[in-house]
Amino acid sequence: MDTSKTITLTIDGQEVTVPEGTTLLEAARQLGSDVPVICYHEATTSNGLCRICVVDVNGGRVLQPACVAACQAGAAVSTRNGRVERSRRTILEMLNSAVDLSAAPEIGALMTDYQADPQRFPEAAARDHELMDDNPFYVRDYSQCVLCWRCVQVCGSDAQYTFALTLDGRGYDTHVSTAFSIPMTESPCVFCGQCIGVCPTGALKPKIEWGLEKGLSHDEIRQMTRQKRRRKHMDE
Amino acid sequence: MKTMLDSIVSGYAGKRREALLPLLWEVQTAYGFISAEAVHAVSHTLRVPEADIYGVIGFYSLFHDQPTGERIIRVCADPVCGMHGADTLLDDLCQRLDISLGETTTDGQFTVERAPCLGLCDHAPAALISQRGQGESAVAPITSADSLVDGTLSRVAPSVIEGELRVLLEGVQPDHAQSLADYGDYAALRKALGLSPEAVIEAVSQSGLIGRGGAAFPTGRKWQGARQSASDVRYLICNADESEPGTFKDRVLLEGCPHRLIEGIAIAAYAAGAGQGYIFVRGEYPMAYQRLQAALDEAHAAGWLGENVLGTGFSLHIELRRGAGAYICGEETALFEAIEGKRGFPRIKPPYPTVAGLFGKPTVVNNVETLCAVPDIIANGAEHFRNRGTKDSAGSKLVSVSGHVRRPGVYEILPGLPLRQLLEEQCGGVEGRLQAVLMGGASGTFLMPDELDTPLTFENLRAIGSTFGSGAVMVFNDTVDMRDVLTRLAHFFQHESCGKCFPCQLGTQRQLEILKRTPLPGDTQRLHDIGRTMTEASLCGLGQTAASAILSAMKKLPDVFDRDTHDGHQQDNHADH
Ligand SMILES: Cc1cc2nc3c(=O)[nH]c(=O)nc-3n(C[C@H](O)[C@H](O)[C@H](O)COP(=O)(O)O)c2cc1C
Ligand code: SF4
Ligand code: SF4
Ligand code: FES
Ligand code: FES
Repeated sequence: MDTSKTITLTIDGQEVTVPEGTTLLEAARQLGSDVPVICYHEATTSNGLCRICVVDVNGGRVLQPACVAACQAGAAVSTRNGRVERSRRTILEMLNSAVDLSAAPEIGALMTDYQADPQRFPEAAARDHELMDDNPFYVRDYSQCVLCWRCVQVCGSDAQYTFALTLDGRGYDTHVSTAFSIPMTESPCVFCGQCIGVCPTGALKPKIEWGLEKGLSHDEIRQMTRQKRRRKHMDE
Repeated sequence: MKTMLDSIVSGYAGKRREALLPLLWEVQTAYGFISAEAVHAVSHTLRVPEADIYGVIGFYSLFHDQPTGERIIRVCADPVCGMHGADTLLDDLCQRLDISLGETTTDGQFTVERAPCLGLCDHAPAALISQRGQGESAVAPITSADSLVDGTLSRVAPSVIEGELRVLLEGVQPDHAQSLADYGDYAALRKALGLSPEAVIEAVSQSGLIGRGGAAFPTGRKWQGARQSASDVRYLICNADESEPGTFKDRVLLEGCPHRLIEGIAIAAYAAGAGQGYIFVRGEYPMAYQRLQAALDEAHAAGWLGENVLGTGFSLHIELRRGAGAYICGEETALFEAIEGKRGFPRIKPPYPTVAGLFGKPTVVNNVETLCAVPDIIANGAEHFRNRGTKDSAGSKLVSVSGHVRRPGVYEILPGLPLRQLLEEQCGGVEGRLQAVLMGGASGTFLMPDELDTPLTFENLRAIGSTFGSGAVMVFNDTVDMRDVLTRLAHFFQHESCGKCFPCQLGTQRQLEILKRTPLPGDTQRLHDIGRTMTEASLCGLGQTAASAILSAMKKLPDVFDRDTHDGHQQDNHADH
């Protein structure tokens, strides 16, 4: 980023001067304006996926994703108006009708803030998946996956270069998968746990945490993971 | 089995990820699917992780990761084919083969799938056949389910190719491609190479040519932008992914006059400073692919392509690429991803393609029709081109007319021609009583009978909130259930959304669900909120227009939504924004 040049713009009526290349999100945060995010994470590549961070720039035809859009000189930005609220509310309502958000309290708080109706879309097909318990370290419940891509990214070129995970399918049917849906233990996964660390929902959970939630004792959980490990060994 | 796979894969030794789609195509054609064993071998050769390859297979509709039948029959059920009995045909087909949609017969002979618009709407209903070991072929119109099973039907009826003039379509015949001998010398290219690249750009800018791919961007300015981006490597891509429902004019150009296109590409590459070109043809256009390949070989042999063309020092290599079943790959940045061997996800812009496009290098992407207009501009001058059409819509324009007109086909018109004259004088008139025209394809808007006097120009259509879009004109008479049409459009977008951004990934699904059911109270408002959200918050043009026809129908065909009885549907302040 070339920080030698600066630009000035207005965000929610307040003038701000920032280095060229600063995102609208960074500038808004500098002013204390609250722009919500779901897919954005400091440690992973921003892909502008969730669009919950959209803001109104100069009343343009389309809204701009604050997490990736750069500040433009002289722009008048509104971080929250009728158009912005409708988009955020509708995205939240649609997301809630597709995904189990019970273990994503931050998104729940946004639902309240934007007066999103949890029942807005009756008869909607939810994105249900079976819980996957195929390794000793963590479980995967993609019914809770919002498709933020972070796990795929840290497994790949954002951190680990292991490439055990991919996105599969298209459109509404998109989901995270290993090659040919093989168990994690047969994939190149090295169980570094980075994916669990960046998952914003309950989709990826350490086995201990998951077991305790289910009311199992530490011993029972340890036994479960040992057996799995041994079985894997015998298969080989 | 092992040896065939080996010989396919070994042909790609030393290549990298950008060879992924061509290699997967070879495996898919040979085996009818891409097995774990094949993925392993491909991964090893191209050095692409197995999970990534699996993700790529899962993205493209024409690739399979599970065994399919010897023959895969894909029947289009988008609006025009839908009006011509596609659903009944699919039912008959499944019944005769005793399978459900998407399944394979127990004897492994047949798989039946539903396809999106195949660009054969002038001969609906249409199908795409994949025969194991041989590849794809298209058939239209389909006379019966039996003819698809028996294989007695094996061709596409020739298209009507007419209009007010013949410039783009000069010498184009429906049933064969112009050979180089028919087409003659690349005289315009010869002339262009005698000018400076800047002078060529200036001529194209002066001509007023604007892109025919949908976004209506000035072509000269695009070339200028790429030329000015500092780089040792630049690319020129011809976008031949034509997949907008109701659009087939690029197919007619590709099949009819491949040399006009190649000459246009060569001139564009020279002007923009590109030494490598790609033509990206949708996977559902096998005939276009074959004819282009033959024409490229001819042009190369004649010295119009390759190293040091006409001794001028200008070199151009053109690689022909096939899509694999994904409308989104017509979006220019998704197209880059496809060529690079990835899932076709659109990129965030900026950076714009003319600054950082294919492989991160400055890239010009132009539509087939845009590039086909270029030789005439260079040969006969900018003025000559500009004098056709109107001030803001220079040059002749192709439209694809389908649905309820007597003679559906591709028409070359002078912008300014009123829609009424196109339908009545050119296309032989409307069959029955006109109900509505869908202008610009699935992502377009409806025009009503009282709007028929609208002159067909970029500016006039924009002024009434419509669009030329891809040049598709779909005509519906009053026997058509417009809710059914909207449902098919919604199905198209649900099927083709790439899934990258939430508004479109979720919205295209919810939109389809709502249109498919008996309306519930509140459904119109739901459609409205989904539509506005997709339009304003989606990442790319697909999501931004996935509700266009539906929002337009809300205004112009309110009866379609009346079944959702007055549920307090209120348009908020920004409804018309
Ligand atoms: C979803 C989507 C699909 C598109 N499909 C095509 C296509 O099939 N052919 C095409 O030329 N342009 C298509 N476009 C437009 C291209 O992104 C691009 O603007 C165009 O190829 C530029 O060429 P032009 O300047 O000659 O019009 C599509 C755009 C979107 C958003
Ligand atoms: S599993 Fe978690 S980290 Fe991975 S995409 Fe889903 S929500 Fe994001
Ligand atoms: S708008 Fe649709 S097609 Fe475009 S990036 Fe978003 S999900 Fe993909
Ligand atoms: S936080 Fe900006 S798009 Fe997700
Ligand atoms: S080919 Fe069926 S609608 Fe176009």
